[in-house]
This record gives sequence, C-alpha cells and structure tokens, in this order.
Amino acid sequence: MSKQNGTTLPASSPRPLVDHPAFASVEAVRAGLEDVGYIASIRISTALYVAAHLERPLLVEGAAGVGKTELALSAAKLLGLPLIRMQCYEGLDESRALYEWKYGKQLLYTQILKDTIGHELGGAPDLDSALVRLRGLGDQFFSDDFLEPRPLLRALREEKGAVLLIDEVDKSDEAFEAFLLEILGSYQVSIPELGVVSAKTPPLVFLTSNNQRDLGDALKRRCLHLHVPLPDSALEREIVASRIPGIDEKLNRALVDFVQALRQKELRKNPSISETIDWARALLLLNADELGAEVVRDTLNVLLKFERDIEAVLPEIDELVANARAH
Amino acid sequence: MQRALEDLIRALRVAGLPISPADSIDAHRAIDVTGFSDRGLAKHALCATLAKSGGEAAVFDIVFDAFFESQAIKTGEAASQGRQQNLDVLPEAEGSALAQIMLSGDEASLSMAMASAANRIGLSGIRFATQRNLLARRLQDEMGMPEVDAIIAKARARSPQTPATARLADVRAAIAAQAQALVDRQFQIYASRTAEELREAQLVRQPLNADEGFSPGDQALMRKAVRRMAKQLADRHSRQRKRAMRGKLDIRRTVRRSLAHEGIPFELIWRTEKVDRPSIVCLCDVSRSVAAAAQFLLTFLYSLNEVVHDLRSFAFAGRLIEVDSLLAQLPVEEAIGQVLREIGFQQTDYGKSLEDFADKHLTCLDRHTTVIVLGDARSNYAGARLDIFAEIAKRSRAVIWLNPEPETYWGSGDSEMRRYERFCHIAQTCNTLAELEHIIEHVLRICLPR
Repeated sequence: MSKQNGTTLPASSPRPLVDHPAFASVEAVRAGLEDVGYIASIRISTALYVAAHLERPLLVEGAAGVGKTELALSAAKLLGLPLIRMQCYEGLDESRALYEWKYGKQLLYTQILKDTIGHELGGAPDLDSALVRLRGLGDQFFSDDFLEPRPLLRALREEKGAVLLIDEVDKSDEAFEAFLLEILGSYQVSIPELGVVSAKTPPLVFLTSNNQRDLGDALKRRCLHLHVPLPDSALEREIVASRIPGIDEKLNRALVDFVQALRQKELRKNPSISETIDWARALLLLNADELGAEVVRDTLNVLLKFERDIEAVLPEIDELVANARAH
Repeated sequence: MQRALEDLIRALRVAGLPISPADSIDAHRAIDVTGFSDRGLAKHALCATLAKSGGEAAVFDIVFDAFFESQAIKTGEAASQGRQQNLDVLPEAEGSALAQIMLSGDEASLSMAMASAANRIGLSGIRFATQRNLLARRLQDEMGMPEVDAIIAKARARSPQTPATARLADVRAAIAAQAQALVDRQFQIYASRTAEELREAQLVRQPLNADEGFSPGDQALMRKAVRRMAKQLADRHSRQRKRAMRGKLDIRRTVRRSLAHEGIPFELIWRTEKVDRPSIVCLCDVSRSVAAAAQFLLTFLYSLNEVVHDLRSFAFAGRLIEVDSLLAQLPVEEAIGQVLREIGFQQTDYGKSLEDFADKHLTCLDRHTTVIVLGDARSNYAGARLDIFAEIAKRSRAVIWLNPEPETYWGSGDSEMRRYERFCHIAQTCNTLAELEHIIEHVLRICLPR
C-alpha cells in the first residue's frame, strides 16, 4: 500500500487547491472557468473539481483542438498559479524533464579551483588535512547551486503550488512514462545526488493525450480520466461568443451549424473547436457579416487541413451553407 | 449508499471495465466530496475516477443509467379509477396491509416494497440465465404475494367476479410482470457477461477440427477471444524497440555531446541496439480437416500487426497461393471462404505446394523470418520434397510446425510429420485456441530477444 501513502497527505500540509474559493463547488469551478474564458461542460468542471479535492492528476484525452491544453491554461489563470508546461516528445529523458547539472558552471568553477588550489591547501600541514579540506569544497559541485531544475522539479519546488501541464504524454517513450509514476503517485522524485525531493505543495497536474498510443495501465491508474468530446452546437456557440466577443449572433449560429454539419461527413480530420474559432476570426477579418457560399469557399482551408477533405466538401458547399443559414 | 456504490462497481466490472480496488477507493473518496444528492454530479465524478478511456466512459454512462433507472410498477387504469371512486371493499382483504396498498394503487409503495425484497433475497447475486424464473418467484414470495393469491382465491370462491377482485388480480399480474422484468434487468447488469465468459472459456479449450463445427454465435465469440488474446500479446511485446548495450560506448555521439563542455566528455552515450520486430511467413493447409484452425491462426496473426513487422501468408491444398491481397480486402472469415472455393477441393499435396513456394516466394525468407506451417502433414502419399523444406529451414530464423493432430498420430498412414519434424525448431500439437495463444507467445519471445 506504499503507493497510496503519498496521495493521502497529512491534514497539516497546505492545500491551497481545496481551500481556493474557485474550488468550493462544481458550480464555482464552472463559473470561474467561464470568467477566464473557458466554457466548460458540467463533466469537465466536475472532473476538475474532483481532481483538485482528491489531489490526483487529471488525464485529459480527446481529438486535437478540443481544448485540452487550454483547460490547463485556464485552470492556472483561475487559480492565479504559475503554469509550468512540459511538452513530451520521443526521446524525452530525465535530464530534460527533471533536472540537469550545470556542466558549464561546474567546469568554470573547476578552473578557478585549479588556479587557487595551491593557495587553499597551502596551510595544510599534511595530506590528510588537505584531503579533508578538499572534500569540503568538492561536495559543493553537486549542490543546489549547480542544479538546473527542469519543469518537473520546478513544479515540485513552487512554494504556493503550481499547475503542471504534461502535454501529449502519449508521444513520450514507455520508459519516461514509468519515470512519471513516482511524481504522479506521490508528488516526489528521487535525485541520486540529493535524495528525495517532495512537493512543498502538491501541484495540480494535467496530462493530455491524443491517443497516439495506449498509455500504460499503471499511469492511467494514478490519474483521473476525462474525455473531452467535440461540443454540441449550443456549447460551441457559447465558446465562440466567449472567445470572439464582437461576433454577430446570427453569423455565430450559422457558422457553428455549418461546422457541425461538416462533422457529420466522413472526413479525414474533423474540424475541432480551435478550427471553428480560427475560422470565425477569419470571417470577421474579412468583414463577412453573413455566411455566403463565396466566402466559405475562400476560407475553407482554415477549417479543413487536408486537400482531400476540401475537395470532398467543395461540391456540397452551396447546400451546406443554405442549410446552415436556414436554421 | 456505500452498498449501492459497491453494487454499481460490480455491475461495471461485469460490463468489462477493469476497476481495481484502488479505483474503488478513489470512487468512494470522490463521492465523499460530491455527495450522492445530485445524481448528475455523482455520475460525472464517478466517471472521472472509474472510466479510464473514452470507450470506457461511454460504457460507464450506459451502465450508470441502467443501474439507477427505476421503473415504477404500473397498476393500470383500473386501480387508479378504483382509488378515486372507492366503490366497494373486499372483505377478504381487510386484514392484509399489502392487499390494501395494492387496491389503493399506490405505485411508489409497491416499487419500494419490491426493491427492498430484492435486497433481502440478494437479487444482485444472480449469475446464470437459468436462475431467472426461480429468483422472480422468490422475489414475489418475499414481497408477500402468496397471501394476496390466497385472498384472490377466497374472493373468487365467494362470488366469481366482483370489480374489486378483478382489480386486485390485475395489480397482482402487473407485479408478477414487473418482478420478472426486474430480474431480467438485474441479469443484464450483473450476469450476462458471466455466461458469455464461461462459454468463451469452454470454447478456447475445444478442438478446432471438431466434426460438428461451431455455431455462428460461437464463432463470433471465438473471434472476439482471439482478438483479445492477440491484443494482450501485442501489448506485452510492443514495448521494447531499442535497448542499451551495456559497455559499448557510442564514441561519435559522446564526442559530439562533449563539444558543449570544451571537449570534456561529461556525458557518456552508450550504443543502443534496435530490437527488430519479427517478420512471419505463414503457410496454412486449408484442406477440410485444418481449415478451421487456419482461420483462427490467420485472425490471430493479423490482429498482431502492431508487433509483427511483416506478415505474409500462403494457403495451400493441392497447390499454393498467396492470400495477402485477399486478406487485405476481406475480413479473415470471408477470405478463408474465398480461398476454399479456389483451392479447397483439391487433394492435399505437400510436395507440390512446397515446389510452388520455392519457385516464386523463396526470396521472402531471410534470417529475420519465422516460418509457421499449419497442417496435418497428410500428403496422400505424394512426394514430400524434404529438400525444399530443408532449404526453407536453412534460410529462415526458425520454423514452427503446428499440427492439429495429437502427437501419437504423427507418422501414421500417409502422415509425413515425422520426416518434416526433423527440420523444425518447434513442432507441436495445436488444436485449441489456448494452445494457439501459447505458441504465438513463444514465437514472439524467441523473436524478440531480451
């Protein structure tokens, strides 16, 4: 049961997440996120609320562009905590993710030491006492001064807690995934030269995944799971309105309906929320005050990212636009 | 409420969600935070703790809704009218509280009585379809239905048909139907998978060349089992692609990395070695006695595409043909049917088939290839062409022969098994899915050195 010791922290340790007014209830979480510009469904805000109260990492899955990363950014903004972001990629290892020794600085100090060592050891009467003095100097090379903290260590060391975003964890190797387990399970890491570093305040951790590969059961077990689907039209309209405050209500309705209709087609890559927002911005930039077949044709490449998808949709544009405007 | 949560978790496990004890502790903690009073909130909180993927979340939603769906007992038109008019009383029902409730048509009370009776008899412990009628009977007994039945019988004996008796009988029938429905639903929630799993466990150990064959339902179940086995194997073996070679320094990369520190090699980089994924060439006898086994072997291998680098498959009876293109177009079971129509009715001839293979496809073998032959080695006394088989064995990493016949039959009659066996690294009886899984696991192990 040692794995669980870390998750049930003693009551005395500070729990700024639980005590934060924005996390008083699910409704407070939802309203808070809305204030910072993230329109969350009730499932999303519940998951976030539970994750904060259980002090568990939240694994967010969903198609590209549904707002997984944005959720972490918004949570950081809501809590007023620094966001520490770690992008995962194949070959990411401990020295990039956790800490590294400042080799250059160590080298520089060695040089200085070389120049002054005679002076330092000058007073030593014999070899033994010289060694004792040398040891006192040598240990400093592997001390905090020479430690370059990388995202994970920085997150653990934040006094008041932080929001840690481990982005696209499915892109990292299995070895790295296993390495994450200690941090996610008990908010601590072992550094061979320094010992165990525990979090002063457990950070709020988000992991995002695009389902590029199946994550290990051990990792999933330590996280709460949240699947973010593509939104329904009401929610999507709200999101567009919140992101682009000036948008005309009628245009918003028409463009969201158009995107929703596109998602029913068999496309290689469905347009997600981020694409809807980009498209809405593009339309606004072109001063389009209503959805016309011509302007849609010109801007379709904002919405669809594959030539084949665009070709498949082009012949049906007139019909799709007419339908979207009719609603 | 703890009982309800535990029942829900059990139902989810039956539906196939792998929920560990730690997950269920999390679920209890989550409920401590949110409470059960807002069902939507509790649902989302439990979903976050118990479902671990998008697919599992969808299953969770279905199970959760089915679990908490409560169906009121419909006492019907007659009863509600009776409640309003209160025309006549039934003297026999005087002493019975239950009969009074039934006559008054109080649906809520009846539903609650049924729910608590279900709790008392432990209805959620249902395992098998055959228990359904018995449990429905016991559920009604527990509710006190025998007493009501006695009242109805007595009333009918007194005067055959009064409105009150008819009403009571109607409600009694509604309760019987509802009890049956409740038991059926509980069976759906808790036990439908158990029955399926039992059948699956039997099928996995059943000989594949059984004369009577398999029913379509069983075949579907077996294909599912095969895919699951393949998935498990793939998960286990897809992990390692590279491994560090201890003690061998990668000088080029170490020197390059050291440039940042005045050429002093702070960081040593060790050479790594790529672990190659096995490529498999599969030769399947598709004559009648082996066709079923061939179908499952091919399904298995094609479900392994994650870990198998390159898979080529050939089918033979009298002659040998390549079936990769066919398998790419059609699902395995249809493709096998197509192959059978093409070559299935010829007499098996191992010599000819090996010649065909040597003519056109011998170049696809190299030192990374594992050859799997599936067949009974019964060549109808035609030439065995051991020389070609020896050549195949020489060119490839390993040759594995799977024979559906038990070992005691090998070499008897027209079986050439004993002669082929000398060139095989492994020759084994393989006539059930369980054996098949075991052998494929072995192939992956010898092909992926650790």
